[in-house]
Amino acid sequence: MEFSEHIKTANVEDVVLRQPLHPPGRGTLCITGHHLLFSDREEGSWRQVLLLLRNIDAIEKSVENLLTCSGLFSNAGLSQSGVSRLPGSSGTITIKCKDLRVLQLDIPGMEECLNIARSIETLSCLDSMSELYPFFYRPSNASLRDQWGLSSLERHYSQMKELHDRWRLSTVNRDFSVCPSYPQAVIVPKSTDDDMLEKVAKFRQGGRFPVLCYYHKKNGMVIMRSSQPLTGANRKRCREDEQLLQAVIDGSDKGYIIDTRSSQQALQARMTGGGLESKSCYSSWKRLQRQMERGKALQESLIKLVEACGDESNNMDRWLSKLENSKWLSHVQTALSTAGLLAECVERDGHSVLVHGSEGTDSTLLISTLAQLIMDPSCRTLEGFLTLLEREWVQAGHPFQQRCAHSAHSHARLQQESPVFLLLLDCVWQLWRQFPLALGFSEALLLRLATEAYASDYGTFLGNNQQERCALGVKENTYCLFQALLRPRERDCYSNPLYEHTELAIWPSVHPQSLQLWRGFFLRWTPQTHHLEEAQEEIRNMVIEWGKLALSSCPAST
Amino acid sequence: MEHIRLPKVDNVRLLDRISPRRSRVGTLYLTATHTIFVENESGVRNETWVLHSLVCSLEKQAATASGSSLLIHCKNFQVLNFVIPRERECHDVHLSLQRLSQPERPDELYCISYKPNIDAEERRQEWDFLDLRADYRRMGLPNSLWKLSSVNQHYKVSDTYPADLFVPESATPPVIVGSSKFRSRGRFPTLSYYSKENHAAICRSSQPLSGFSARCLEDEQMLEAILRSNPRSDFMYVVDTRPKLNAIANRAAGKGYENEDNYSNIKFQFIGIENIHVMRNSQQKMMEVCELRSPSMSDFLEGLESSGWLKHIKAVLDAGIFIAKAVAEEGVSVLVHCSDGWDRTAQVCSVACVLLDPHYRTLRGLMVLIERDWISFGHKFSHRCNHLQGDPKEVSPVIDQFLECVWQLMEQFPCAFEFNARFLITIHSHIYSCQYGNFIGNNQRERTELGLREKTHSLWSYLWMNRADYINPLYRPDHSQTQGLLRPSTAPYCFKFWRALYNRFDRGMHPRQSVEDYLSAIQEETQQLEEQLASHKQKIAQLEQEQEWSVPQKAVPFDKSPTGWTFCNNLANTPQDYTGGFFTSSPCQPRAPITLQTEESNKTSESILSNGSDQESGIADVSCRSPLSEDSTRDPDSDEAAYSAS
Repeated sequence: MEFSEHIKTANVEDVVLRQPLHPPGRGTLCITGHHLLFSDREEGSWRQVLLLLRNIDAIEKSVENLLTCSGLFSNAGLSQSGVSRLPGSSGTITIKCKDLRVLQLDIPGMEECLNIARSIETLSCLDSMSELYPFFYRPSNASLRDQWGLSSLERHYSQMKELHDRWRLSTVNRDFSVCPSYPQAVIVPKSTDDDMLEKVAKFRQGGRFPVLCYYHKKNGMVIMRSSQPLTGANRKRCREDEQLLQAVIDGSDKGYIIDTRSSQQALQARMTGGGLESKSCYSSWKRLQRQMERGKALQESLIKLVEACGDESNNMDRWLSKLENSKWLSHVQTALSTAGLLAECVERDGHSVLVHGSEGTDSTLLISTLAQLIMDPSCRTLEGFLTLLEREWVQAGHPFQQRCAHSAHSHARLQQESPVFLLLLDCVWQLWRQFPLALGFSEALLLRLATEAYASDYGTFLGNNQQERCALGVKENTYCLFQALLRPRERDCYSNPLYEHTELAIWPSVHPQSLQLWRGFFLRWTPQTHHLEEAQEEIRNMVIEWGKLALSSCPAST
Repeated sequence: MEHIRLPKVDNVRLLDRISPRRSRVGTLYLTATHTIFVENESGVRNETWVLHSLVCSLEKQAATASGSSLLIHCKNFQVLNFVIPRERECHDVHLSLQRLSQPERPDELYCISYKPNIDAEERRQEWDFLDLRADYRRMGLPNSLWKLSSVNQHYKVSDTYPADLFVPESATPPVIVGSSKFRSRGRFPTLSYYSKENHAAICRSSQPLSGFSARCLEDEQMLEAILRSNPRSDFMYVVDTRPKLNAIANRAAGKGYENEDNYSNIKFQFIGIENIHVMRNSQQKMMEVCELRSPSMSDFLEGLESSGWLKHIKAVLDAGIFIAKAVAEEGVSVLVHCSDGWDRTAQVCSVACVLLDPHYRTLRGLMVLIERDWISFGHKFSHRCNHLQGDPKEVSPVIDQFLECVWQLMEQFPCAFEFNARFLITIHSHIYSCQYGNFIGNNQRERTELGLREKTHSLWSYLWMNRADYINPLYRPDHSQTQGLLRPSTAPYCFKFWRALYNRFDRGMHPRQSVEDYLSAIQEETQQLEEQLASHKQKIAQLEQEQEWSVPQKAVPFDKSPTGWTFCNNLANTPQDYTGGFFTSSPCQPRAPITLQTEESNKTSESILSNGSDQESGIADVSCRSPLSEDSTRDPDSDEAAYSAS
């Protein structure tokens, strides 16, 4: 397919762009296969705005034709003279982005406006993944032969020497046939062979059999994750599944299963072939049901919250009631407290835990990631955090393509969209607020990730799992975001100047008083955020100043 | 002493408010000034001190098998729940505290008995620390437009106004006196703030006694004079901070508001801030929400909304912005009043000043502002804070709202304020503690009669001496945020719940690490290093002069961690209640991060110790002294103190 098919008007002059935090500008608008480019050529204020079309969630257009009364004959006259622009007609396109920015374009010429709008509508949600921008993005400062990704499970396993006694790396999924959403290599108990794994996979939804996701060095306990067991209405059992879990416990008295559904939901799942681990078959496992909102409910929550943030009634009661009604902060609270529970089981109680919900690709990953941040200092550095995201979200098969297809503004019918990853970033932000010295990365990183997950130059969040990414040749044909974020200049901006390593667990407070709206994200485009950014800048400068002096007073010669 | 029925009770349990399972057993002592709980478990001596004057309510609950429970609410939002083994003892403690926390005569107030180790001369100097006339001089007054009037020298014209008042140059004593007779409590229009850049002024008064049609020539002349004192402006605003309905209702009682037709060139404006009763109930409702044991997010947000508290804060800030903009942007003078002109008027004028003038965003400036707009202009601290046994309907958190407005602004402009939130919280705490004489009485006349300057100490000099604790490390006098008029947003989402004040004693809720303390440590060290560097350079220069190249430089060993910054301490932290009771129900859990626990308990004691600086008072019947009592320079009052480098 040629992108040009969708572009009837590629250039319009004399367009007025209104965007938050900037005065309006007048200039030229261009549309390409992947971008909207606005260049402001007014004297003294040359600037460009480049917007990835993929970042556009929804547009609203309104056109007005000032000559409607004389419409009939002017039509004929104009087409003869070959001028396509109706004098006095114009249109406005309001662009609502997935990063919550709202832009407005005043375009002279009704037809141009409609053409541009149509192009945006089509090109912003192309279905075919191989046509997405990451496959065309060619930055000058990097090469496609650069390393892709930060780590792999193979490397992760080989670095974790203490695992080798009881755990092995299995490549049973090397061709993605056992579990399409798992990576090629997974870590499993040493005593379970690949045949067993294949059988267990058949007993778990989507083939997501229990695999190791975290090993707690302090006490050797682990976090496993999987999808729900397919017990169904007649309570099927799977001997291998039970053996695998038994092997996880290996000698210790019991383990916990944290099921991210309510008991009722879990029981109901039996009717549709799913289910839960019954007490009788998994006698050494204690199940804890912790209901977490998922899927559509979460997406609707985001939509409501963003709507509340845009409310201009200036009424306090209304704001607080809308904030409450969106339930977003309740989801943050639930996620953090479930993660806290998980970490408490492992770190304080000294038990291994299996986490799953139904599919094991959303809330499961959310709480296992947060629990690792709470417990494991090595996840809290910039690199450590990105590696964690790569392992627990990208490789573990969070379906980014489906979940992040649309964001809060879209009018499209909801399908698989759900802001689970955004919820993770919000929870991490809450941790960062409560432990401002314990995390090695900055709020800017979280904001960048929130944008990149929805629309990106990079291939990292493309596709729904490793299998899809392999099929598309993502590794060979796109650039890796995580690598880019670790380049020296980016590293400066995304690291936390106050970071100090600590071995201790960072237990978040989950009291409602302790949780806050993530203003940096949800109110990012309001002027107030600017003052807070200035403060962050000031902090960075202070630390740099201090560091310089400290260095200069160090004995240089010794 | 005669009020203490029972000086000591053993085997008292102090329940943790958030998780009552974590209770502590110890001995309860009642002294003349404090209730002291001494924990006698765990080898570490933990003490909780509560000043009697901070106690705002006592509830004795029905006795149970484990004892009788006594719930103490404090004015600094501390809540203590004691369980006393015997009903009889509980009864005695209850009665004693009831009496001790409600002084009947001014000489029973804590400030009278508070005797830190400071001699009389020093104490006298304390009271000279702030000079309001100096602040007026800073504004450029007196000048050709405004003069200092002696009309209220003996509080004859208005007994709730201060003696020194600035009035328009053209206002003659007969006009002033005439105007004062037409205003509630004689509180005639007088100057609060003057902008020397454009001559616009903020004036304040009480409501006019206009009823349905009354007029007063002198009052009209008074406003005319104010208008004339701003030569560049041809009109002025008259802002009534009450809701219109309330103002109209006042007309029936012979009071009311200015009729635009009777005054030349005024623009009249209502700004609906609710009255003291609405504010009192609102804070009470909010505190009920704060004290819920484990509220869900929805409980909390719904409760916050229905309390209306943030709505009221927003109203006060909106009013302040209106006035600040009128002065700074339009160059128009404003007369502000409410009913009596000592509650909403004080709030709005002082908020406007904070927005207008960077000086009031400094440590000293905020103190001066409170001294002028609140203390000297007769905000009724004794009534509003219930210092002496009095009418509960007079109590209202009007000053809390002002402090919170300043805090909300600090949250929006982190680099614009010289002081930190700890400063506001400390002021809040001492407004209620009665430890210093500043906030005693209802007006200047009362304070003079009580002879407070002779008998008590001043908070301002205490704060100034300890200012290192209250400096905002991000403050930059030259930062763009710091200059001129602050332009805050009052979109509802800009307002936050002030956890550090209202849930101050719930340690688990606060951030476990403080950026501010870290930065302060860095700042201090940066300064030291700069000094060292300068002296090194000097030495090198010297050496170069002497041509002694062979002398090696002495270098300072450097530890890449700010002085005294012990990180691990600050992180001492245990899991929150994620389980909803699950873990306690399973008996076999080995719950033991042992190293953490000791740290935690140490710190808890430190933070619960409110008003550690109070402990200088003569307490004879307690053999032990808190470890903090030695350290009188440090105020462990705020929770942040517990996190600070130690």
